Amino acid sequence: MNVDDLEELADKHRQEQAGITTEVRVCTAASCQSSGALPVFEALNANRDEQEHANCRIKSVGCMGLCSAGPLVAVASTDAPLAEAQLYRDVSAADAPDILTSAKTATPLERLHCPNDMPFFARQQRIVLENSGVIDPNSFKGYVAVGGYQAMVTTLTEMTPAEVIAEVTTSGLRGRGGGGYPTGLKWSTVAKMPAGQKYVICNADEGDPGAFMDRAILESDPHRVLEGMAIAAYAIGANKGFIYIRAEYPLAVERLKTAIRKAKRAGFLGHHICETEFNFDIEIRLGAGAFVCGEETALMASIEGGRGHPRPRPPYPAASGLWGHPTLINNVETYANIAPIIRKGGNWFAGIGTEGSKGTKVFALAGAIRNTGLIEVPMGTSLRDIIEAIGGGIPGDKAFKAVQTGGPSGGCIPEAHLDIPVDYDSLKTLGTIMGSGGMIVMDETSSMVEVARFFMEFCMSESCGKCIPCRAGTAQMHELLDRIAKSTATHKELALLEELCEVVRATSLCGLGQTAPNPVLSTLRYFRAEYEQRLRHQDAA
Amino acid sequence: MTIQRSRPSLPSNDKRWKLVNATMRRSGYAAHALIEALHSVQDAFGYLDEDAMIFVADSLDLPLSKVYGVATFYHLFMLKPQGRHSCVVCTGTACYIQGAGSLVEGLEQRFGVNPGETTADGALSVMTARCVGACGLAPAVVIDNQVFGKLNNDALNAKLEQEIAQ
Repeated sequence: MNVDDLEELADKHRQEQAGITTEVRVCTAASCQSSGALPVFEALNANRDEQEHANCRIKSVGCMGLCSAGPLVAVASTDAPLAEAQLYRDVSAADAPDILTSAKTATPLERLHCPNDMPFFARQQRIVLENSGVIDPNSFKGYVAVGGYQAMVTTLTEMTPAEVIAEVTTSGLRGRGGGGYPTGLKWSTVAKMPAGQKYVICNADEGDPGAFMDRAILESDPHRVLEGMAIAAYAIGANKGFIYIRAEYPLAVERLKTAIRKAKRAGFLGHHICETEFNFDIEIRLGAGAFVCGEETALMASIEGGRGHPRPRPPYPAASGLWGHPTLINNVETYANIAPIIRKGGNWFAGIGTEGSKGTKVFALAGAIRNTGLIEVPMGTSLRDIIEAIGGGIPGDKAFKAVQTGGPSGGCIPEAHLDIPVDYDSLKTLGTIMGSGGMIVMDETSSMVEVARFFMEFCMSESCGKCIPCRAGTAQMHELLDRIAKSTATHKELALLEELCEVVRATSLCGLGQTAPNPVLSTLRYFRAEYEQRLRHQDAA
Repeated sequence: MTIQRSRPSLPSNDKRWKLVNATMRRSGYAAHALIEALHSVQDAFGYLDEDAMIFVADSLDLPLSKVYGVATFYHLFMLKPQGRHSCVVCTGTACYIQGAGSLVEGLEQRFGVNPGETTADGALSVMTARCVGACGLAPAVVIDNQVFGKLNNDALNAKLEQEIAQ
């Protein structure tokens, strides 16, 4: 199969839908499901009349982004982007007849109207999420009809592995799991290893509390991740892939399984993919609730069936990974960026974003903010834009206090730094990290000492216990933070806390321990007064 | 010469063991199937008891200590029987900010159980999760595998009472 054959196949799938002019899309991703999207979907199907609504179909789609307004329903022409759809919010099953009537007569339904020209939608640039909320995630044909697998077929039939890596390197893509390591460099390191057994792993163990980007991508557009992984496998010379995903995401697991099964049946995974010499198979591995398994060496230990203990690096997975073989590990969002880079070229991608951080980033907005949900913006968008324009600001006349990025490995950014453009490097200078993309907004009612204690409690109970600085250090730091929060600590104990932060950061084995002090250090940096107010004054040194 | 080990026989006539055995057979009884095997035991029986761990250890030719080590390392694996209904309060950051702590306290007051415990009548197990990824609906609670968002104490207690009464 070459690119023309695939285009023909896509055409065929589009033809099958030729009679359909209007789609009523219901978001059935996890967030809208918990707001009651499934009864809406069923009611729409029950109310759809074969004759009367012959040119209209009800479609289950992935995440449209504005989770706080769910269940969301969009009425649009076939495969039209979200921006051209008529969007309805807070839909209930009782609204189904009205929605069908309005879809048929093409007159918007005012009472449920959700403006999609508001900044929340208008300020986004969707690359990773281009199909999210548009296609049916359980439909292989649907993905092919919008140009899916074009990039994979192009690489397999027209490009050498070296050319694929060069394109990814040109794009300037950096790892979206949080580290920000250049993806092209990682690929070429694994590709340079002697030929033999190699593995590709997709890290879908999205453990950061407050982050749900990867879940939404997998629930909305799973084939895109499979395609990215297959391209990576071709580039580095691997024939086996694993997706390590949290068991807490049952819907994402189910949709991934469906996607893998359908891709295999169509010959897009497995032996002789698309009648080429390339073989690639993907297996799903379920996590079992351990945050440390997001760390790459711990993740591999878990795939091998053991306790999720990290090990020292080097050797890096690129040299000695799964079962000692060279292994490429990337995050879900990184793989989701690969297909568009191959389709539109590395230079196109490098034209988006900032000097050091190219492309877009998906963020999960949550906490004290009006529009909670999922957004995708170009790198370099300011935090103020994200929070005030896109997020709609803080609800309930409260004042903004801080935004937390990077989960338990990150830090809190105060008002004074909101105008900074968001990229890997600028966040680092502020004492936090990009992380995987969770952004939690806190208003004036949040106590920063308690936030620091919350994250330390998290790190303490998630520490795997292998190395002492992390196992004992996080417990001691938690104890100190608890004493400060309860106003029983002295200045000396605050000094001890700061010293411990430094020791744990410098001497822990893996990223979990090394970054565990970050929430404390960053809140101390910007909100020191809150700590000092809680100290026992009579002991002031 | 390779010695062909015989597989242990199923612990009882309970058909659920066949499901567990099938999971291990699919991966050729390889040691790396351990976590998958434990998942399938928990899916079938609700928790991992000693018999199950011994059976899995023998089937995969692993020391029981390794099986126990893995079972206790991961938070999701339960070593005690669970209540008929489960209530998992998400304590991720967004839910924490929006008051997950008070939900946990409310459950303690109403049902007398702390996270990780089951009510004396076996009706309800209360747990906490690190993040269920429903941050847009914080605070979120998972009741019998169904996610409910934007809950307060009264709504949560009412929902649970209704579930238990059914």
